[in-house]
Amino acid sequence: MKLKIALFGIAKEIVGSSQLELEAPERQSVADLIAQLRAQYPALNALTSFAVAVNSEYAPEDYCLRENDEIALIPPVSGG
Amino acid sequence: MNIHLTDQPIDVAAVLASVQDEGAGAVNTFIGTVRNQSTGRRVVRLDYEAYDAMAVHQMRRVAEQAREKWPMLCQVAIIHRKGRLEIGDVAVVVAVSTPHRADSFAACQYIIDTIKQVVPIWKKEEYEDGSVWVAAHP
Repeated sequence: MKLKIALFGIAKEIVGSSQLELEAPERQSVADLIAQLRAQYPALNALTSFAVAVNSEYAPEDYCLRENDEIALIPPVSGG
Repeated sequence: MNIHLTDQPIDVAAVLASVQDEGAGAVNTFIGTVRNQSTGRRVVRLDYEAYDAMAVHQMRRVAEQAREKWPMLCQVAIIHRKGRLEIGDVAVVVAVSTPHRADSFAACQYIIDTIKQVVPIWKKEEYEDGSVWVAAHP
């Protein structure tokens, strides 16, 4: 399945784009997606943390992604 | 609830007006402003980037959590800026109204502290000689 991942802040700078399209196996977990991104973009490993959001909620690592999910990589937030 | 993300200057008086309530004996406001220095470096401006839909959703969620913790809350307003801000600009306003003052202080602090932890907004500090995404690296 094809996943579209929105990128913000420093994650956008690391990847060099505001959106990433990835080919992923069906029912890929959030943990697997994070591992794949860490391997593909090693600079992500230097971040304090990063989370994955699905449909505007923080997703647990065992969540299985679906093709139409709105997925975003959330680097450390710094609002306020 | 008055919950907004905006690229326009925040009208603090309008935010205060939005939490007026006949049942409230207290209105508590937190105003976050852009400071001219950070960890010893001179800041010239800030750029705020937001994941708009999720940011608004999470701000609403924080307000709902505050209402669960302080059921006496009368009104809540959370307004956050995005885009380019200059020194002294208002970046965020939280305002709550409650029957008595102690709850207004506690609820307002809970809301701003939780916003800083969960709302997907990112601040880039621009210095005279470079820039840094705040909190990105340990």
